[in-house]
Amino acid sequence: MEKILFIEDESALQKTFGDILRQESYKMISALDGETGLRLAKSQNPDLILLDLILPKIHGFEVLKKLKEDKETKNIPVIVLTNLEGVGDVDKALGLGATTYLVKAQYSLEEVVEKIKKALK
Amino acid sequence: MNVKEILAQLNIIAQCKRYGFSLWQCPQFLFLIMGIIIGIAAITSYAIATRYIADPQLAALMVFSITTILFIIANIITRSFERLAEANRMKSEFISVVSHQLRSPLSNLRWVIELLMSGRFGKIEEKQTEYFKILKENNARMEELVSDLLTVSRIETATLPLKKKEISLEELIRELISEFEPFAKASNVEIEFKSEPNLPKIFADPFQIRLVIENLLDNAIRYIKDKGKVEIKLGKRGESLYFEIKDNGVGIPKEDQKYIFQKFFRSENAMRYQTQGSGLGLFIAKAIAEKSGGKIGFKSEEGKGSTFWLTLPLK
Repeated sequence: MEKILFIEDESALQKTFGDILRQESYKMISALDGETGLRLAKSQNPDLILLDLILPKIHGFEVLKKLKEDKETKNIPVIVLTNLEGVGDVDKALGLGATTYLVKAQYSLEEVVEKIKKALK
Repeated sequence: MNVKEILAQLNIIAQCKRYGFSLWQCPQFLFLIMGIIIGIAAITSYAIATRYIADPQLAALMVFSITTILFIIANIITRSFERLAEANRMKSEFISVVSHQLRSPLSNLRWVIELLMSGRFGKIEEKQTEYFKILKENNARMEELVSDLLTVSRIETATLPLKKKEISLEELIRELISEFEPFAKASNVEIEFKSEPNLPKIFADPFQIRLVIENLLDNAIRYIKDKGKVEIKLGKRGESLYFEIKDNGVGIPKEDQKYIFQKFFRSENAMRYQTQGSGLGLFIAKAIAEKSGGKIGFKSEEGKGSTFWLTLPLK
């Protein structure tokens, strides 16, 4: 069973994705802040990381940078899932090594699930 | 500028009230006072200088005092403008913060509704689907408004990102028409599209140009009463592509036409006919068209319909 780490501070979204990903036969690990996210990425060795950007403790960009700098985590694909779409945000995330950048307001739930499946292939 | 507009410009007290400034902090009023002082100063300096020609110190003292007064007034004017600029910046920032804060709960809500409607967690009864649809539509309306407000805030703070690349305007229009087909059908509207063959591609931001045409197409269908036709044309004019969209809808009253691209403006008959709408669509469309190096305009007759046109440069 493939493991997905979801780093997101909104518990409503943790629940929604937890339910839907379990139904799709994935195992989901939750982290509600950047610091926990980084720790779990190292200890749990997930197959994919879903990452929000506006996070407590450590900002998503910093999390992404650290994930890509660390030998143990640098090969894990990271999907950024955020509502942040300021000038340069997308380029910055992709430049830091994110696989995909998804703006929450622009995607349906099923489309996000499809992107997750595609990134895991 | 006609007489009415000139008189409106002269109504300084009303203008100052709009800014929420006291008279002594209002730039327009201070400019007027400054003008009067300069006028009086010129006349009295002339009178004093000619009468007391033997006492140049007096004239010099007077010029010095008047200059000091004018300097103080100019200083207050500058500060007032700073306050106006600051207020404007804070307003844009407020819109941006609120919109961001609204965006997350709205997308959470939409995804939960989608999840419930998908039937993944149990069968949904027909009646429940009806209510879920209402939830989804209302959520979509809020998301759209928030997204428009964010775009407006970006336009006003000059941070609207334009990611230009080569795009086929014809393809983009065809895609949009097929997306709008269900809405047009439900509104009893037929869409006709005529394009000149072999049109060149343009260099523009597909996401933003899509927003412009989406707004024009949505308006054209939305403001048709009962049954009608929307005619779209695309062609090349000089170094630009020319897009035109004609409807036989309610049209725009003559007295409202000059305000149609203003933020939050909705014409009187549009509000009567369609209560929903933020009045931001055309403001956004104009800003994007101009930022992309193009132009936008229209002609309209109340009761007969409107024709909006858009030009976009090839490069």
